[in-house]
This record gives sequence, structure tokens and C-alpha cells, in this order.
Amino acid sequence: MLNNIQIASAIAVSFICTAFLRFLSFLSFRKDKQIPPFIQYLGKVLPSAIMAVLVIYCLRNTGTGSWQSGAAQIAAVLFTAVIHLWKKNTYLSITSGTVFYMILVHLLLV
Amino acid sequence: MKKKDIIKYALIKALPVIISYLFIGMAYGIVMTKAGYSIWWSLCISLTVYTGAFQFILVSLLNQGACLLTIALTALFMNSRQTFYGLSFLDDFNSMGPKRWYMIHSLTDETYAVNCTLNKDETVTINDRRTIMFYVALFSHLSWAAATILGGFYGSLIPFDLTGFDFCMTALFVTIFIDQYKSADRHFPALFGLCIAILLCILLGPDRFMLPSLALTCAILLLKRTIQKEELC
Repeated sequence: MLNNIQIASAIAVSFICTAFLRFLSFLSFRKDKQIPPFIQYLGKVLPSAIMAVLVIYCLRNTGTGSWQSGAAQIAAVLFTAVIHLWKKNTYLSITSGTVFYMILVHLLLV
Repeated sequence: MKKKDIIKYALIKALPVIISYLFIGMAYGIVMTKAGYSIWWSLCISLTVYTGAFQFILVSLLNQGACLLTIALTALFMNSRQTFYGLSFLDDFNSMGPKRWYMIHSLTDETYAVNCTLNKDETVTINDRRTIMFYVALFSHLSWAAATILGGFYGSLIPFDLTGFDFCMTALFVTIFIDQYKSADRHFPALFGLCIAILLCILLGPDRFMLPSLALTCAILLLKRTIQKEELC
């Protein structure tokens, strides 16, 4: 467990970096200035690539733990995806996917 | 519009965001408390950092005792999309006086989406629309902060086993990924990101693949663009 100063500095660093990114476009493009085309391009294609990386980040320990915990995670991701493609309701997908995963974990691991 | 009508309009527009923030914010508060952090740290992070996905990642970074550089680079990579959101509201926010600082700070994936729908409503004057944006931002921010506190208190009070509750973050990313994939006219960025992340996770191990994956994805996407440009010439 980190001490308070370590936690506070981690929060400060996170805040400064996030705020910097939020203010960046307002500081760079005050009036009529053109945005470099490769930045515009990255802005368009990055979000979906980043989400893919984030999904894998959440599943990063699937291969290293027991087969039960890996299987539960993969099954719950597929369940969430199917519910989302079917009902197209974010809240429903997140709630049902999480409940499904919690039930699986209790059945397989406890 | 009267001030009362403006607030009502903003509340209706922000309602989907408020509901999802209450849900995910409570999950965040619970995860933080379960990880052993006090509610005041959670609240502090929710008010200042205020970006859902990264806040969850920050919990595991704190638990790992990750160095400040790793935290900084992860924040910069994960939140780089925030920079692009601002580009759509340069004029709007810049003409809001001192409120602009709060507007820039409080722009998230969800309030960005709501603000985009406001642009299409022609029955609202420009000034009213900007005031509505302010209240949408305020309501969303407050519901996120309130949910964090609620979750933090519940996290220590709920008597039954919450193992697996943190899956809601994975579920959130899965739903955003699907929505973005369906609305994108090109699918290669998502597929590149997916393949590179899986490959590097296997090669470098689960604790070290995140930054190389994001950097390599950027590099390949830019390279692909350069090659395509040359073909066009």
C-alpha cells in the first residue's frame, strides 16, 4: 500500500496530464489556425483502436490465471457483446454482463 | 429561454449521462474502497481527473505501485482522445468567458456526445445553447462525484461478496468498442489495435504490453496513411 504522499503525487500527475490534453487544443488553435492533417487523421482513427487495446488490457490476465477465471472472463465478454448487439442498450449490457460474470465466478471458483 | 427552462432542458439532455455516471461512478467508488483507498481520495480523483476509463486503470496502477512516469504516460495515451473532442467546441467554449475553463476541464466522452446533439437543435439560440452546455457539464460532473461517494460508502457497508463486480469496467469498454466499431466507416484501426494488443500481451507479458501497443498502433496507422498517400499521387 502506498503512503499518502505517493497517492497524492500519483493523483496530481494524472490530473496534470489529463488537464493538459483537455486544454491542448484550446491552447494550440486559438483562432482560425489549421489543424495539421495527420493530427486530424489520428483523431479520427485512434478512438476505436484505443478501445480495442483497452479491452485486451482488461483481459490481460486471462492466460496466466486458472482456466476457470480465464473462461469466465471470455464467456462474460461474449455475453456482454451479444446482449449489446441484440438490445443496443449500454446500461443493460453492462449490468447484465457484470451480473453474469459474478454468477460465473461464484459457480466456477468458490 | 428562462433560466428555469434552460436548467430543465439541460437536465433532460444530461439524463442518460447522469444515469450511467451514477452506475459507473458507484462501481468506481466500490472498487477504490475495496482496493483500500479512502473515500476522500476517490472523490478527489473523480473531481480532478474525471475520466471514467483511466480512473479504473489508475486503481490497478496504484495497486501495482507503478512509477509516476508510467502513470503519466498511461494518462497521456489513454486520454489523448480528449484533445480531439475540444476541436469541435473551440468557438463555443472560447466565447463563454470565465466558464470556459470549467467547460474545457469537464468535457468527457459522454458530455461531448450530448453537446454534439445540441448543435443540431435549431430552436435554441446560441447563447442559450452555451448555457445548456454548462449545466450539462455541471450535472454530469456532480453525479459522477456523488456516485463515487455513494459507492465508497456502500463498498464498506454491503454485506455480500462483491467478487467480480469490477467486470463492469471491461463490460463498459466492450460496449464502447462495439458502438465505435459499428459507427466507423473503416474497421482497420480497431482490428490493428486488437491484433497488436493480443500479440504484444503474449510477447511482452500482461504488465508491460500497454504502452508499446498504443505506440505501435499509432506508428502503424500513420505509416499506413503515408503509404496510401503515395499511392494516390
